[in-house]
Amino acid sequence: MPTRRRLVQLYTALLYNAHLKGFINGSIYTGNVKALCLPGLNCYSCPGAVGSCPLGAMQNAVSSANVRTPYYVVGIVMLMGIIFGRTICGWLCPMGMLQDLLYKIPTPKVKKGPVTRALSWLKYVILIVFVLVIPFWYALMSFPLPAFCKYICPAGTFEGAVGLLSNPANANMMGMLGILFTRKMVILGLLAGACVFVFRAFCRFLCPLGAIYGLFSRFAFIGVKVDVPKCVDCGKCVEKCKLDVRHVGDHACIHCGECISDCPTGAISFRAGKITLMGNEGFVPEKEKVKQRRRGRILWGAAAAVLVFALWYFNR
Amino acid sequence: MLLAAAVLLIVLGAARGDVRSVLAKAIRICTECIGLG
Repeated sequence: MPTRRRLVQLYTALLYNAHLKGFINGSIYTGNVKALCLPGLNCYSCPGAVGSCPLGAMQNAVSSANVRTPYYVVGIVMLMGIIFGRTICGWLCPMGMLQDLLYKIPTPKVKKGPVTRALSWLKYVILIVFVLVIPFWYALMSFPLPAFCKYICPAGTFEGAVGLLSNPANANMMGMLGILFTRKMVILGLLAGACVFVFRAFCRFLCPLGAIYGLFSRFAFIGVKVDVPKCVDCGKCVEKCKLDVRHVGDHACIHCGECISDCPTGAISFRAGKITLMGNEGFVPEKEKVKQRRRGRILWGAAAAVLVFALWYFNR
Repeated sequence: MLLAAAVLLIVLGAARGDVRSVLAKAIRICTECIGLG
């Protein structure tokens, strides 16, 4: 039975890519809804994508001819960061889900340590250089260049390239493939391979969107939180975590909630403000469990209705 | 405060036509993204 988090990941992957007929006829969705940025990393050239990629939109704005500050995209990313923070990485990102699944392949695993902790800062360098500086620099020469999308992003290669080019309707594009495509496929292969051995290698070390959301870790409304008076500083949460966290909820935490069950005092819970969405079962009073189950049923019911509507709307 | 700033940026961006720019990019196949250059 998949975990609750896996079900949410599958749900969001399907919701973000609800334009299912795009996979059949090899086209992308072109409706007005695509002006909305999706929270996670999901290429807008994926045949199923119903929204924009915030990173792609940001680079496009920065690299546009009159070099404009991307108010709208920055505002949307800030809003999502304030509400969800890196909960998006842990629960609402299709690329995150793919990395989780790749890590399940049984191989020896690379454990976290000083090297991975140092590497976790690389994504901020990628953000500054590839999402901001290079597009801005080339915009000054009137040459639009979304550098992260073009040279690195695995979502574009996997969802966009593979999604579109595998459809016979796009056979005419095959003749346009060159060294850039080869490079991107090599990068995709290397990243996929790395994710088998290193938990969430792309998320931890390279994803600029995770870097941005990590900046909101202190303010995010929804996420894994520690009830400080209950915490005895045993360190079991950090020890159990596969990521490079120094404490639960810091910039490296993706709020997956796997540390919740390991806390000996029940100090850790997944909350939306003051409302507990998920706590340590052993410490939650029965009355509260009933309330959480009821909340869960209402939320899943609403989510199912949204998905059914989306599948109808984007495929009519 | 941050929330207000985010909402303000969205409203400013929408008023300036950023939404149209985002849409214009999103509804065309991004050849850079898929490796066609």
